[in-house]
Amino acid sequence: MNVVVFVKWVPEPEGTPTLGPEHRLVRAGVEGALDPGDEYGVEAALEITETQGGEVTVISMGPDEALPAVRRALAMGAHRGVLVTDERLAGADALVTARVLAAAVSGRPADLLLAAVESTDGYTGTVPVTVAEFLDLPAVTFATRLSFSDGELRARRQTPAGSEDVACSLPALVTLTAGANEPRYPSLKGIMAAKSKSLERPTADDLGLDAQSLVATQTVEAVQDAPVRGGGEILPAGEDAARRVVDLLAEARVI
Amino acid sequence: MTTAWVHAEVPQTGADAAAFELLAAARAAADVVEVVAFGPGSSAAAEALGAHGARRVYACDEASMASARAGALILERLIQEHRPDLVLFPTSYAGRDLAARLQARTGSTLMSNATAVSGPDRARTEILGGTRIVDVRLEGPTPRLVLLKPRSAEPEPVADGGVADVVPVAADVPADLREPRVLTRQVEAGSGPSLDDARVVVAGGRGLGSPQGFEILAALADAIEGAAVGASRAAVDAGWMPYASQIGQTGKTVKPDVYIAVGISGALQHLVGMKGSRRVIAVNKDADAPMMRLADLGVVGDLAQFVPALTQEIRRRTGS
Ligand SMILES: Cc1cc2nc3c(=O)[nH]c(=O)nc-3n(C[C@H](O)[C@H](O)[C@H](O)COP(=O)(O)OP(=O)(O)OC[C@H]3O[C@@H](n4cnc5c(N)ncnc54)[C@H](O)[C@@H]3O)c2cc1C
Ligand SMILES: Nc1ncnc2c1ncn2[C@@H]1O[C@H](COP(=O)(O)O)[C@@H](O)[C@H]1O
Repeated sequence: MNVVVFVKWVPEPEGTPTLGPEHRLVRAGVEGALDPGDEYGVEAALEITETQGGEVTVISMGPDEALPAVRRALAMGAHRGVLVTDERLAGADALVTARVLAAAVSGRPADLLLAAVESTDGYTGTVPVTVAEFLDLPAVTFATRLSFSDGELRARRQTPAGSEDVACSLPALVTLTAGANEPRYPSLKGIMAAKSKSLERPTADDLGLDAQSLVATQTVEAVQDAPVRGGGEILPAGEDAARRVVDLLAEARVI
Repeated sequence: MTTAWVHAEVPQTGADAAAFELLAAARAAADVVEVVAFGPGSSAAAEALGAHGARRVYACDEASMASARAGALILERLIQEHRPDLVLFPTSYAGRDLAARLQARTGSTLMSNATAVSGPDRARTEILGGTRIVDVRLEGPTPRLVLLKPRSAEPEPVADGGVADVVPVAADVPADLREPRVLTRQVEAGSGPSLDDARVVVAGGRGLGSPQGFEILAALADAIEGAAVGASRAAVDAGWMPYASQIGQTGKTVKPDVYIAVGISGALQHLVGMKGSRRVIAVNKDADAPMMRLADLGVVGDLAQFVPALTQEIRRRTGS
């Protein structure tokens, strides 16, 4: 089975990202990494191809800085990488991103497409399903578990009320939640092997996308600080603190 | 004259607060407000939706229409025919999937995580854990699509509401549209009041250490009438609590009168789900945890001792 995984490089996944000119997240010259949420997709793809054969292709859109994210996925064991880089894509919104990713998949053998439910920095939570619609594919979102039976995909997905088990014919797109598996660490051997793996670097033109389809249709007009709350009182635990908490509950008329 | 559509999800129990919130937000953004509702019960919701300002309900009562692929096809057709300026969707599992598919079909921009809409081409969101408010202009082909976060507007019936006109919509989609099939459904029955409308939320995090930790939290919630138990993602990922109780960016947004955070550090992704709470009380052994800085009252100490003592004090004061 051939699996495509969408992986994103995110600036400072653990820290507080910086806003630059035009109110965009600063992506140039900052520390970044493969989005931790995308490691679950890479791991799931590796487990599938290890048991069923086939190849894992990781596809990403981002600046040159994003290269380490693709390399990390290759070091984990993915077979080939694609990083779409184009100056005109700085500030791409979810629609443009989905167009680019869909174009990057086209023409590749792909039985299964994997992505995270949402990215750590943008968290629109819509890019993968928009890609699925562009490619005319069914989608299983919020999957916590994946398996295969009779050539069909089986998944458990989160629902507002609990969970449901679904079946879906292939090809299909699946978004995985965090915690769906235990992503492996790249081994030293994996890191060495990654250096000689195929890594394509297409531009938007190479993917056959016209200039109009790259124009983002959301513009940030203003950014302001939200009112900060807090400046409250801090007390050591004890009888007095318990009394004060109860006073506050009484003030709020909830007891 | 501008027209906003609201995509309403109508549960078996009838149109509820989620749809009314969207209607209130839509009324602030456009002159005319109409609803699109797919799935059983859609037509029957016309009265409740009308009372909240919807003039019309484009309704398809077929169960098959609840799927995102079919829904996007029909919605695109309706849009071409009636040309609304704006379509609002709830930030829900189904809402996201439907809106995401629709943007591919119409080529119109989709804004996620909006907290307000001020016109057919202007919406607001919060980033960096709700510390910054961002105003965004929406451009490109109409209608602009917006996913509004829960609890972004207050439901508000209109004086001259009346029953909305029902426009029946045919479920006319290709029979060979591939879709996932549901095999089984599991309901994780949470006990007590639902998180969505609880006046008090008692939430626990990794600091509780184990599922047993949540028992002392449940005892606390039990002592406060109408209190529901929530959790951080760390507690959900550890399997101590069901996903349905997760609060934050990928979970629920709650706005109770009082939020009691126990053993939760206050990561940005958690704060976005609860910072609209009227009052916040935090219990943490670390006085410098971000949650403590945000709290109206922070208690520094070991939760294993403090929480049972607090429960006892509440019971003593309320005589229960
Ligand atoms: C894309 C993305 C989405 C996310 N979505 C969410 C989301 O929806 N909701 C969410 O909650 N998180 C979310 N997170 C995760 C978030 O970043 C944090 O990792 C998580 O909220 C931490 O949970 P916690 O506060 O329970 O755990 P920790 O950060 O580990 O905090 C535990 C706290 O307990 C305190 N403590 C420990 N022992 C005791 C004791 N005995 N007595 C008193 N205090 C004690 C500690 O001092 C600490 O402050 C998301 C992350 C990402 C990347
Ligand atoms: N620029 C990108 N490159 C590759 N994958 C992406 C990109 N943006 C989003 N994705 C995929 O879509 C998921 C959800 O992203 P988002 O819609 O931004 O929340 C991510 O976790 C990735 O799997």
